[in-house]
Amino acid sequence: MLMTHILLRHRDIPDINKLNVYKSNGGFEAFKKVVTKMKPGEVTDAVKASGLRGRGGAGFPTGVKWSFIDNKIWPHYVVANADESEPGTFKDREIMESNPFQFLEGVAIASYAVGANAAYVYLRGEFWQVAKFLDEKIAEMGEAGVLGENLFGTDYSLHIYTHLGAGAYICGEETAMLESIEGKRGTPRIRPPFPAVYGLYGKPTVVNNVETLTNLPMILANGADWYKNMGTPDSAGVKVFSLSGRVRKPGNYELPFGTTFRQLIYEHGGGVQEGRPVKAIMPAGASSSFIAADEKVLDTQMDYAAVRTLGADLGSASVIVIDDTVSMDWVINKTIHFFKHESCGKCTPCREGTYWMMHLIEDIRDGGHSTDNVDLLLNVAKQMQNKCLCPLGEFSTMAVVTGIERFAQDFTK
Amino acid sequence: MSLAEKYPKEVKQILAKYPPEHKRSAVMPLLYLAQREDGYITKEAMQDIADALEISVTDVGSVVGFYTLYHDKKEGKYRMQVCTDLPCALRGADQFMESLCSNLGIKVGETTADGLVTLEAVTCLAACDRAPMFQIQSGDGLKYYEDMNVDKTMELIEALRKAESNS
Repeated sequence: MLMTHILLRHRDIPDINKLNVYKSNGGFEAFKKVVTKMKPGEVTDAVKASGLRGRGGAGFPTGVKWSFIDNKIWPHYVVANADESEPGTFKDREIMESNPFQFLEGVAIASYAVGANAAYVYLRGEFWQVAKFLDEKIAEMGEAGVLGENLFGTDYSLHIYTHLGAGAYICGEETAMLESIEGKRGTPRIRPPFPAVYGLYGKPTVVNNVETLTNLPMILANGADWYKNMGTPDSAGVKVFSLSGRVRKPGNYELPFGTTFRQLIYEHGGGVQEGRPVKAIMPAGASSSFIAADEKVLDTQMDYAAVRTLGADLGSASVIVIDDTVSMDWVINKTIHFFKHESCGKCTPCREGTYWMMHLIEDIRDGGHSTDNVDLLLNVAKQMQNKCLCPLGEFSTMAVVTGIERFAQDFTK
Repeated sequence: MSLAEKYPKEVKQILAKYPPEHKRSAVMPLLYLAQREDGYITKEAMQDIADALEISVTDVGSVVGFYTLYHDKKEGKYRMQVCTDLPCALRGADQFMESLCSNLGIKVGETTADGLVTLEAVTCLAACDRAPMFQIQSGDGLKYYEDMNVDKTMELIEALRKAESNS
């Protein structure tokens, strides 16, 4: 267990959401150091060396993502992805509400590294109060001289703005998010070109998740080796695990990669309600494949590679625990309705596929689980795979396929 | 009255966030502003925003239609939006919703007879560890209510009702 937190530092340092407290705990020193003493490329190299991988779900190396930015086209933008809408994920909200300056300093460091003078924080519309709070914090940073023109006596300038979405899961997909900031319907773009070349307003743009960005001040302050020493060789550092479902103590737990499911669920989460056994784990929220739980699974160390060996993805580490009182046809009914509601309608496989999956699961639950309908549902889900414009369509099939294949008994009653 | 006349300071602040050549970006914050007073967006307000941003009213309407937090019809003053998604449902959100319906005497999607509360089921609100939970959307913004039960919720509605009759 960690002695102190790196991201959820408000749990160790009360009032770290106040500027003077954040400052007296080393706040903004990393940003000042990079702006006054480092070249943008050196910042990118340090982040590459730290092994930091994107915390929004894809796990792509952050420094490598930055290095794709096109230096022939200007200006550049940074967008912080605070859309947090995956069922089971609630970590970014806690970070922004309780440790806002570390997050914003991370936005600033990323902006300097890619040469952006303007950054947008895209918050889901439901985070109305968080956005108002961040606006106040951004204004305080301006007054304190850590945002604005000619920072720390250099010619580097940076402004950060918040932008509120209005209730659309799809806007967490980075190109849909850019469309939304541009004042359009939030539908994904065809890629390539990727945002690093053609992003916000058609300019090179880096989109990073809140938790990813919040790591940066600590990495730049303490060094890449310090960070790499935590976690596993595959997945460096710490992760905020959002634990939910049938556990006694749901919540966010900041732990090093390599923590086992058993430690998370039993040591931190207090075990399953009523002492029931864990039936299944969804490690990446509603987008997840189901992992059928057994002793070996519970002792698996959570990192990106190890969870893949269990036939699932760690994603944003939103661990939903399902016990043996719950039937999988009920679970996938919930996930299918979610994706049906959130499908943006731009591409046919997702728009039609989620629609038909919804009708089939309703028929299955109403009509006594006819084998024909279960086979047809599995067939529709598999036909959608690898054909959708963005990951949302793909995600909608994960629980369906693995639910039917790995828990067949729940579909034959 | 146009938005710029009604809320000059806010409109100026919103437009300053985006590059002047990309003022279409202001459509979402301006729609929230248009929704502030009555909780929904009128056709006139959409036209007003379209004129201000030099885009078509169809463009504005397509944004209103796409995002769930914009409304083009008058409903209850307070929209009580209960999360019934998977993680909340694993912690009793469906039963919570059922009891709310029977206590309020309305179905999901309906509004109480006095026009105070519209009850809605919504997808994940990023508060899965504090279910049952809901948010209340009014013209004035959004607020979360977490670790709720039916009694606390009915008290809250009663308080809103009292505040309403006093105002």
